[in-house]
Amino acid sequence: MGEEIKVIVFKLGEQEYGIEVDKVQTIERMMPITRVPKTYAFVKGVINLRGVVIPVINLRGRFGLEEIDATDQTRIIIVAVNDMQVGFIVDSASDVIDLNTDHIESPPEVVGGIKAKYLRGIAKVGEERLLVMLNLSEVLNKSEIIQLEGIEE
Amino acid sequence: MDMNQYLTMFIDESNDHLQSLNENMLQLESNPDDIGIVQIIFRSAHTLKGMAATMGYEDLASLTHQMENVLDLVRNEKLKMQDYIFDTLFKSLDALESMVQDITEGGDGKSDVSAIVASLQSIVRGDDASTGEGAADRVNPAVPVQAIELDEFQFSVLEQSISEGHQVLYIQVTLREDCQLKAVRAYMVFEALERSGEIVKTYPDVQEIEQGEFDRVFSLYYITQREAQEIDNQIKSISEIETTTMVVLDHESLQQMVQESAVTAEVVESNNLTQAQKPVSSAETAAKPNPSKESKPAAPRSTGGGNPSRTIRVDIERLDVLMNLFSELLIDRVRLEQIASESNNQELTDTVEHMSRVSSDLQNIVLKLRMVPVDTVFNRFPRMVRDLAKTLDKKIDLIITGAETELDRTVIDEIGDPLVHLLRNSADHGIEPLAERIAAGKPETGTVHLRAFHSGNNVFIEIEDDGRGIYREKILKNAISKGVVTEAEGASMTDEEVNQLLFAPGFSTAEKISDVSGRGVGLDVVKSKIVALGGNVTIYSTPGKGTNFSVQLPLTLSIIAAMLIKMGSEKYAIPLSSIVETGVVKRRGIKQVHGSRMVQFRESLIPIVSLSRFFDIPNYDEEAEEETEIVVIRKGDRLAALTIDDFIGQSEIVIKNLGNYLPAIQGISGATILGDGQVALIIDANAFIK
Repeated sequence: MGEEIKVIVFKLGEQEYGIEVDKVQTIERMMPITRVPKTYAFVKGVINLRGVVIPVINLRGRFGLEEIDATDQTRIIIVAVNDMQVGFIVDSASDVIDLNTDHIESPPEVVGGIKAKYLRGIAKVGEERLLVMLNLSEVLNKSEIIQLEGIEE
Repeated sequence: MDMNQYLTMFIDESNDHLQSLNENMLQLESNPDDIGIVQIIFRSAHTLKGMAATMGYEDLASLTHQMENVLDLVRNEKLKMQDYIFDTLFKSLDALESMVQDITEGGDGKSDVSAIVASLQSIVRGDDASTGEGAADRVNPAVPVQAIELDEFQFSVLEQSISEGHQVLYIQVTLREDCQLKAVRAYMVFEALERSGEIVKTYPDVQEIEQGEFDRVFSLYYITQREAQEIDNQIKSISEIETTTMVVLDHESLQQMVQESAVTAEVVESNNLTQAQKPVSSAETAAKPNPSKESKPAAPRSTGGGNPSRTIRVDIERLDVLMNLFSELLIDRVRLEQIASESNNQELTDTVEHMSRVSSDLQNIVLKLRMVPVDTVFNRFPRMVRDLAKTLDKKIDLIITGAETELDRTVIDEIGDPLVHLLRNSADHGIEPLAERIAAGKPETGTVHLRAFHSGNNVFIEIEDDGRGIYREKILKNAISKGVVTEAEGASMTDEEVNQLLFAPGFSTAEKISDVSGRGVGLDVVKSKIVALGGNVTIYSTPGKGTNFSVQLPLTLSIIAAMLIKMGSEKYAIPLSSIVETGVVKRRGIKQVHGSRMVQFRESLIPIVSLSRFFDIPNYDEEAEEETEIVVIRKGDRLAALTIDDFIGQSEIVIKNLGNYLPAIQGISGATILGDGQVALIIDANAFIK
């Protein structure tokens, strides 16, 4: 019997993703972002979150998806993993759902162009909804980023 | 009992005591006859022992105990301090330090100290043979009633009790030598006594006794209605008690006892005061401190507290939180000032101005809270230099001045290692061996000055020796042979530039590599560490006369004065400390020299860097302008000009880091939050000057 977890649901395009609630600090509306030069392309810059400077990354960019302009649905999800605070820019974030870990299945090799290693699994919610659970430590893994950059060059 | 909550306190205090032990030992080494210092050392050791035993660190306690035994003989003038005793005691201190270090790092503080304990014991024994006669003399004449220090209040309580016809007793209880549970027996004695009277004062303290922190003998003042004999019988009925000594006190004898404790030295003829006194067993071996001597530290300890440094210990994290909160306030202040100046409301402007004044006072105080005297780093150096001098077989005096100079805690934390390196370097390479010094007509003993002082917004720490100095040719030869510079480059270098070669990676001037310093990895690390702290090192040297390493450090790292600049729609901050001048250059003033762009600045050409190119700034390019603003920045002696869009103004900014996620970014040293709540990046001027 798996355990019940709460999951924040957000969207990139039509696909829904999930992050465990306890990893999420807050969800903010879009706010002014200060560009940081000479860093990864998907790093949008830094924001001032109540006196703390936090880097913000574009999750679309991180997953190699096409970047789009911010709308009034756009949200910044601030997560805290491994002593790092990072903001994710997502298309929208609206829902919190309960999920049993038993319902998370290991992911196929590639889902919507995103490499399996960034994924914790696919959760089936209700009849039709498929939720992609993110593996945050992999998404924020820095050595991985350096490898990626290396290939591009 | 849960000891965890006491652990940090224990560690802090142990470190304090170890530090004071080290300092006083060094003092004692230069004045071996000063018994006053021995007393201080003894007290520190004694407290340390007590704390260690309470916390259950037995090795720590047993080692301090042995040290105490040696010191006890010294302060009773039965033992003369000699070199080998100093060495053994210093070794013990090192062992203690490493044990405390181990505890700090979460270890159990266990360590094999048997060798040191054995040598301490042999010191004690060796003394026994030589001065045994004298010691015996001292013990014999009428074993004293050991007096307990009383404060005024306790004294008046006793006085009053006597006046009211109560029995006031002085009781000394000796437990049997094989007694297993000293604390329990003592507790039983207390309990028995408290059933029929009141205990006014004990020696050692009740807590110490209840933790077994005493050496078979404890004594107390006691008020009761019962007869002395009855009390005596009650105590004796408890098992494992060897002897009890009881003195019935009247006004006169009480007075005398208190005086006696104040004088401590001479034993008053106490026989006529005692009614039921039995001689205290003096069967203690010399290895255990004689209980009558044990009572002495009590006197100076209780009165020695008359010099309270009015301070409290505060968790560093709380200070950081305070600092962070204050920075937020500072951001709001800037914002308010902005609103006030836009709104033209006189009342608002006045209030904001007042608030600004108060908050700058507050800022000074908050910053001061984070300041720590450099002494916290300097205090371990005398010992280090002493040891170095011994290893190197040189004579070195370390003279410290300005130890009270204060620096930001973050700087203090980082500056220790570089200074150790520089001092080692001075001791090893600077100060010549004895023969060489004498041949050069210098005093045998070399001098190393360690100075700290304020100058403007900086603190300077100088390490100056009167050693052989730096010879230009020698360094150049070495640098050329190591491939650090070419011969042609070397010839055109200034003396200062040549000196700076010492900091080049892979450079070492010592002909032979010694243990102390000189693997050539040291000085370049020193330099990069100091530069990372926003500081700088300069070397002044006169060949044959000596060398001075001057380390310049910023006062604080958390709030700095900066120039805010605009680059198109973006804002950046440049620390004022790295700005030399601001100005304007005309397009035609920029020259192409050997493929790089240079600009004329005060008689010389300096490189000019386009900030917008460097940072790929989207909506500004100085190419479009006929005239462009520049900021001349410096790194050490070298200058460069940055082209910028426009100046916003000067402001105090709070430095924030960019978080753990982003890797180090070239040209950016951090971020700050502006009055409008937006983040501005702080430019690291060092990145623009190669």
